[in-house]
Amino acid sequence: MSHDDVLNPKQMPHDPEKATLEGKNKFLAFWFFLGGETVLFASLFGTYLALNRSTAGENTPENLFGLELVFIMTMLLLTSSLTSVYAMYHMKNHDFKKMQLWLGITVALGLAFLGFEIYEFVHYIHEYEFTFRSSAFGSAFYTLVGFHGGHVLFGLCWIVTLMIRNSKRGLNLYNAPKFYIASLYWHFIDVVWVFIFTVVYLMGKVG
Amino acid sequence: MDNQSQTPQQKVEFERKQHKEEMKQQVISFALMILFTFIAFGMVLLDIGSVFLVPTLLLLAVVQVLFQLYYFMHMKNKGHDMVAVMMYGGLAVAILTIIAFTTIIWW
Repeated sequence: MSHDDVLNPKQMPHDPEKATLEGKNKFLAFWFFLGGETVLFASLFGTYLALNRSTAGENTPENLFGLELVFIMTMLLLTSSLTSVYAMYHMKNHDFKKMQLWLGITVALGLAFLGFEIYEFVHYIHEYEFTFRSSAFGSAFYTLVGFHGGHVLFGLCWIVTLMIRNSKRGLNLYNAPKFYIASLYWHFIDVVWVFIFTVVYLMGKVG
Repeated sequence: MDNQSQTPQQKVEFERKQHKEEMKQQVISFALMILFTFIAFGMVLLDIGSVFLVPTLLLLAVVQVLFQLYYFMHMKNKGHDMVAVMMYGGLAVAILTIIAFTTIIWW
């Protein structure tokens, strides 16, 4: 690709992520995927809601969950959602360096979230002996929250890969859709988390 | 705005202004989402023993997610009709799945 391909603020299209046919296709296909992800998580939420009272006489949601940690995790993920909005704001203004910086902040916040989640799981397993095999509640809990954590991990790898791959290339019409779609994925992870902290943790504490 | 009569410089400035305006809305959405989160956690910590507690928590979550989808993920912008079809289609199946799981499968 020649220099024509590189976004020149003076003549670049309005929405660089949708300026090419490939970009348009990626955009549409990715939202189709997100529709499917909604159904995937719904099946995990449905399972959790059906089984969270089947505790086999052991740990219940009430005695297990601590809201302080969940609150910190919620704030981290919500803030990382805003920082990826900032990254896309700079992408639309064709400021590659600032976009990379905000994506870097997003990744740091995501890593902190993941660290807290691993700590939480380790804490449950060692302090409470609450594992995947403890009860139907245990299986449903680790599957739902673990699947979300897996999405966070995948999203982090995705964003880091894009940042490294394109670090010397700069922003162009070929990679703008890639960055945009990775940020959509990151927002979707926060969408799922909103329901996890509400349905699993807050409603679990209410009983 | 008539794009034909604009110089490239004017166009860039106009778009930057638009992006700034959108960014402002997104920061406001973020502030509201933080506020909803505080209210939700606060209600649980204060131990409000009301039958309306769980529906209120769910409502707060739904509103927060709508902000996320419409402002952070730009569903409010033009060219998102197919996106809405896919997301609401997914949502319909999602709700059916949850109802089926919680009522029929593990009654």
